Amino acid sequence: MNNGINIEVNGKKLEAKEGETILSALKRSGINVPTLCHMEGLKPSGACRICVVDVEGFPNLVPSCSYPVAKDMKIKTHSPRAVQARKTIIELLCANHPDDCLYCERNDNCDLSRLAVEYGVRQRRYAGERNRFPLDVSSPSLVRDPEKCILCGKCVRVCEEVQGVAAIDFIRRGSRTTVGCAFEQNLNVSSCINCGQCIMVCPTGALREKSHLKEVIEALNNPEKFVIVQHAPSISVTLAEEFGMSAGYDVAGTMTAALRRLGFDRVFDTSFSADLTIMEEASELVHRIQTGGTLPLLTSCSPGWVKFVEEFYPDFIGNLSSCKSPQQMLGAIIKHVFAKNEGIDPKNIFSVSIMPCTAKKFEAKRPELGVDGISDIDAVLTTRELARLIKQYGLDLNVLEPEAPDTPFGTRSTAGKLFGATGGVMEAAVRTAHYFITGKELDNLRIQPLRGLSGIKEAKINIEGLEIKVAVVSGLGNARALLDDIRAGKRDYHFIEVMTCPGGCIAGGGQPHGTNLDAVRARMQALYNIDQRETVRASHNNTMVQQLYEKFLEKPLSEKSHHLLHTHYSKREVLV
Amino acid sequence: MTVNSSQISGPISQTPNVDLILGKYVDAHRDKLIPILQEVQEMDGYLSRDAVIKIGKHLKLPTGKIYGVATFYNQFRFQSIGKYHILICRGTACHVKGSAAVLKALQRELKIEAGQTTRDGLFSLEVVACIGACGLAPVINVNGEFYGNLTVDKIPKILNQYRNKEKENKDGKNN
Amino acid sequence: MEKTIDTPNQDSKEQESHHGNKNILGFVPGKFKNPLMDRIRKNSLFVSIPGIDMDDPLSLFSALRREKVSRPVIYIGAGTCGLGAGAGKTLQAVRSYLDEKKIEAEVLEVGCIGLCSAEPLMEVQLPGKCRLSFQYVTGEKVKGLLDALFAGNVPYENLLGQHRQAGMEAWPKTPFLDEHPFFGPQTRWVLANCGIIDPTSIDEYIAHGGYQAFVKTIYSLTPAELCDTVEKSGLRGRGGGGFPTGKKWKFALNTPSDRKYMVCNADEGDPGAFMDRAVIEGDPHRVLEGLAIAAYGIGASRAYIYIRAEYPLAIERLKIAIAQAKEYGFLGENILDSGFSLEVLIKQGAGAFVCGEETALMQSIEGKRGMPRPRPPFPAVSGLFGKPTVINNVETLANIPSILDRGPEAFNSIGTKNSKGTKVFALSGKVSRTGLVEVKMGTTVKEIVFDIGGGIPGGLQFKGVQIGGPSGGCIPQSHILIEVDYESLKTVGAMMGSGGLVVMDEKTCMVDIAKFFMDFIQRESCGKCIPCREGTRRMLEILQAITRSRRNENKFDTLERFKGILNLEQLASVIKDTSLCGLGQSAPNPVLSTLKWFRDEYEAHIFERRCPAGACTELLNYSIDTAKCTGCTACSRKCPTQAIIGNPKTPHYIIPGKCIGCGTCVDTCRFDAVVAA
Repeated sequence: MNNGINIEVNGKKLEAKEGETILSALKRSGINVPTLCHMEGLKPSGACRICVVDVEGFPNLVPSCSYPVAKDMKIKTHSPRAVQARKTIIELLCANHPDDCLYCERNDNCDLSRLAVEYGVRQRRYAGERNRFPLDVSSPSLVRDPEKCILCGKCVRVCEEVQGVAAIDFIRRGSRTTVGCAFEQNLNVSSCINCGQCIMVCPTGALREKSHLKEVIEALNNPEKFVIVQHAPSISVTLAEEFGMSAGYDVAGTMTAALRRLGFDRVFDTSFSADLTIMEEASELVHRIQTGGTLPLLTSCSPGWVKFVEEFYPDFIGNLSSCKSPQQMLGAIIKHVFAKNEGIDPKNIFSVSIMPCTAKKFEAKRPELGVDGISDIDAVLTTRELARLIKQYGLDLNVLEPEAPDTPFGTRSTAGKLFGATGGVMEAAVRTAHYFITGKELDNLRIQPLRGLSGIKEAKINIEGLEIKVAVVSGLGNARALLDDIRAGKRDYHFIEVMTCPGGCIAGGGQPHGTNLDAVRARMQALYNIDQRETVRASHNNTMVQQLYEKFLEKPLSEKSHHLLHTHYSKREVLV
Repeated sequence: MTVNSSQISGPISQTPNVDLILGKYVDAHRDKLIPILQEVQEMDGYLSRDAVIKIGKHLKLPTGKIYGVATFYNQFRFQSIGKYHILICRGTACHVKGSAAVLKALQRELKIEAGQTTRDGLFSLEVVACIGACGLAPVINVNGEFYGNLTVDKIPKILNQYRNKEKENKDGKNN
Repeated sequence: MEKTIDTPNQDSKEQESHHGNKNILGFVPGKFKNPLMDRIRKNSLFVSIPGIDMDDPLSLFSALRREKVSRPVIYIGAGTCGLGAGAGKTLQAVRSYLDEKKIEAEVLEVGCIGLCSAEPLMEVQLPGKCRLSFQYVTGEKVKGLLDALFAGNVPYENLLGQHRQAGMEAWPKTPFLDEHPFFGPQTRWVLANCGIIDPTSIDEYIAHGGYQAFVKTIYSLTPAELCDTVEKSGLRGRGGGGFPTGKKWKFALNTPSDRKYMVCNADEGDPGAFMDRAVIEGDPHRVLEGLAIAAYGIGASRAYIYIRAEYPLAIERLKIAIAQAKEYGFLGENILDSGFSLEVLIKQGAGAFVCGEETALMQSIEGKRGMPRPRPPFPAVSGLFGKPTVINNVETLANIPSILDRGPEAFNSIGTKNSKGTKVFALSGKVSRTGLVEVKMGTTVKEIVFDIGGGIPGGLQFKGVQIGGPSGGCIPQSHILIEVDYESLKTVGAMMGSGGLVVMDEKTCMVDIAKFFMDFIQRESCGKCIPCREGTRRMLEILQAITRSRRNENKFDTLERFKGILNLEQLASVIKDTSLCGLGQSAPNPVLSTLKWFRDEYEAHIFERRCPAGACTELLNYSIDTAKCTGCTACSRKCPTQAIIGNPKTPHYIIPGKCIGCGTCVDTCRFDAVVAA
């Protein structure tokens, strides 16, 4: 059955699908037309006009992102008229853009700069007034630079339509338009949850993370400081992309080597504390189920999600697991267990974490997360920042020999590693919960319904007659839908894993720019491959975790565990 | 159009007018946003920060959205207007007949720009795109009263009318 | 101007077809609410006139039409423009006069009579005589005028003319209005009732034949037949787009949906346009009737009237009209037992010209920022709240009742090949007679400006007429014979627009006009798409650079000015080609149009740094005529750069190097001593 439509593009016949846009047909055929405001999966905005193409019989150029294909359409994607139009649009954007490309954070991958090169913009044709706006550096995670904003609207849409937060919106109109928070207040008093998804979609340097490289380099250069680094599960399967290697290529070994060369005294793995988190959280789940505690239990390792609950769904605060996130748990363990064992004054330890996440920078500064007045984590660097640091030190991941991480906190099970993808925390938790309840290992450790990039996944796990209903959500727009249903009594679960970023940490706000779904899939597959080929696949089987309990914590949910590894939350009074 | 930083922190103050208006819109959806904003401004003279927050809560919309919509439209003010609010028409017919000079004269006399209020709170100036009284161009409207066929020298006279009225009222009060 | 009205003859069959008033009652025997009858009987001011039977509808309607009056009727043109000219004081003066002299008369506030430059306008109808029309009737003139009139004399001082009324005695030596150069050439179909009826009276509207078309339609036409009728008439959108109305309705009619919407676009944002305002203020029921018929035609159950907040009087009139229509059963559930239900709601605009654009208008109704949406999907398929929606301009809808009353052929028979019917224009600017003008399509611009408008006052030369507001272009002297027609206007780089016509003379600078419109567009641009938001900004800067004086320029401005000129046309073509909505697509029109016809003016500005019209103040050289200067020092005190020197009582001098060309001294000087050339 052929319901294809025949069109002609640049003189060649093409088959397009009924109802699809011109852009979609062009993409499938490998013809590239630039876009600036287009967002895959969302309704076309039609704002930037740079995707315009020349269609025979139409008086004006046609926006390919929003116009549907029609039978016998004759399209020219690069006619002089279309090219001239695109060039002019780029020139107009440049006319209202600051001139500091050399100093700009995005100077190596800015969309506007790339387009200017592609379309041969080599002179400042329009020298006129430029808009002036103040920098917003109030947030611990993000920096907003509205002067570089080209008003494509993608940040507004991702914040509202994907994340369900809507902390920022357009203000005023015409040339005086800007993107900002209500009353043009600073980001840190708004409802922003620090997830950084806006950074991921921003085509220019208007949005970027708050950099903590300075602090880290200072600590590295300070002989009195014992600098420890931990890296999140998704970092090792992503970092390679910043060095020209393919997505999903696992560079855990060479990254460890690089980190040592940078001067870190110990290289630990957040996957270790992910296992630790599972021990605590699975215990918490079993405890709540068996004693009629507050259900559903909601995971709390995603700081954007936790802030989201505190702001929008404070009635669910009691459902959140009291467990700290793996980053924070390891931070506490380092400052209070490792320090003691090694005889180091915790005040001399500078604990750094490498995260795919900008909200982790906010999390590290949460006042309730320090223990005995000492903060768990001192600085958080994103994947992007780490790549810059490695390059600054002249290290080449292609050349270094892989090295093993430091013990004891560099040892991990693959369950901990799965934390990087959406569904991973749930899979790890189920493997251990099963063991805690039955004393036996799950027959098939791989729980397929929890895998994949779907925004909402559900499963019913049967543990010797006890049916546990679980859900996995990524992207907070989906979380809203789920929570609203639960509030209305339409759905109920025992345990829900929520990750702020759609797809999980592998697509976090601190990862390499862009929303390349193929790269995300490759990173996810790499994690699954690791899980497939290694032997220690459950958190409770992590020998170092076992040792930690034996020697120090006693057992999950013990008083020592609570003191170091658990926290509390509170309602946030912000303008939502 | 930014709000005073001193207004940022602190609890939401009493807004009896807004509550009254919102009380009429039970179960309202987003399509009632602009009418509500218009009614609130009608009553209070402008949109206060607290009004915007309350409206957002009532319609279950993010505050940023309410602010974004309100700042898009010319009609909405975030600062109170003067006792005598002057609208000057800058439509085509008025322009051709010399409204630009009238605007400059007003700005000169009042020492304020369009969109501002005089320090003594007496006058505020707003530019409108077209009042629709093109036959009488150039036109201004002060609190509903039209003044057409204007020339620059008529402006001080018109303004003094109101200034004198104020003086009389003040003297009347003092006596 | 007015169609001749025969004396009502109750026996005449021809009477029935002429007004068909009996038919309203005939269509819904017994079920039709007739508060009309009760209302009129209760109205104590209605004194029985010999020969008129208060129980007979025809008689009643004739009385309402004031064909015969038993006591004087005084009409005051109290539209916004009238009130602005002082009609309020006129009204007060009339009422006091009648009170004082204890004269029983009816005083009516009617809508815009049309000749706005002569306002306040007043009309007086004495029993048995033709109705007289007066101009410039300010409050102080009332007494003298009425004294003369009640004494049986015609006060010639303010006389405009008399209406031609068969059966009434004409006043001696008094010209007829249909011979007046302003009114004579007009074909007032849309404006038929404006200035004639009390706009707050649904009874009068019905008496003039109102709501017949609506009742006839919902009873004897299917929606498809109605759409065919409208298509046959050739009516095209009067908001500027010129899209065939019947065709638009059909798109919506043929899109299945559980709910559809009809919207009347009364945003009228074009500066210089006030046609829609006048129609709504003067004859709101006509618009309402057109809207209701349109809603029926597409199957809508709810209609919105989106009207700009800057029209408070029009909004007031609409509210009254809607309430009245509801009371009479023309709106609501199951209207007149036809099965058709309609609810009409008013939505006020909040000050955004871009909301006159269809998709931005819908965004605004939905409570969002008024930023246009990409099309497709088109509103007729997926519009308000995702449902099929048709948006029509006020004037388009105001044409509907008469198309159905007279039949589509009548409408189709006037106009040109592509543009049928009439068009209402708001004539303003440097022309002797300004106001509302309704002419057949095909009338020449020359006729409108010089015959109806009376040409350029002050002995100055005609330069051009701007048609279509900020989306349109100008027609120069060389093309003044062009016909008003959608397609013809496009051939000279202009467009019909909504109907704003602004006349310009030799003292108008076309570069300044282009700058003015570009400035307007920049303020009103929604900011969504790059070509409009950024492009018009740069175009404006180029125009500003051309009109800025050398004294205020920065170092590299001269170079930028030349670069700017080179870029202007190319930038304009990209903006036209790629903008998201009509606002952006037509934004460069005024610039391109003035460039086309007045290139010499641009060149004078660019190369000679001179403004030929003398309007760009910064390009003028200011000096003081020592012969006229009295040394009052007023100018030197006001000069913002202290560029004027001189001792009191001696002639002053302007220092060229310090002068920034603001023109303040010209405005200040009471002796015309400052010369700007």
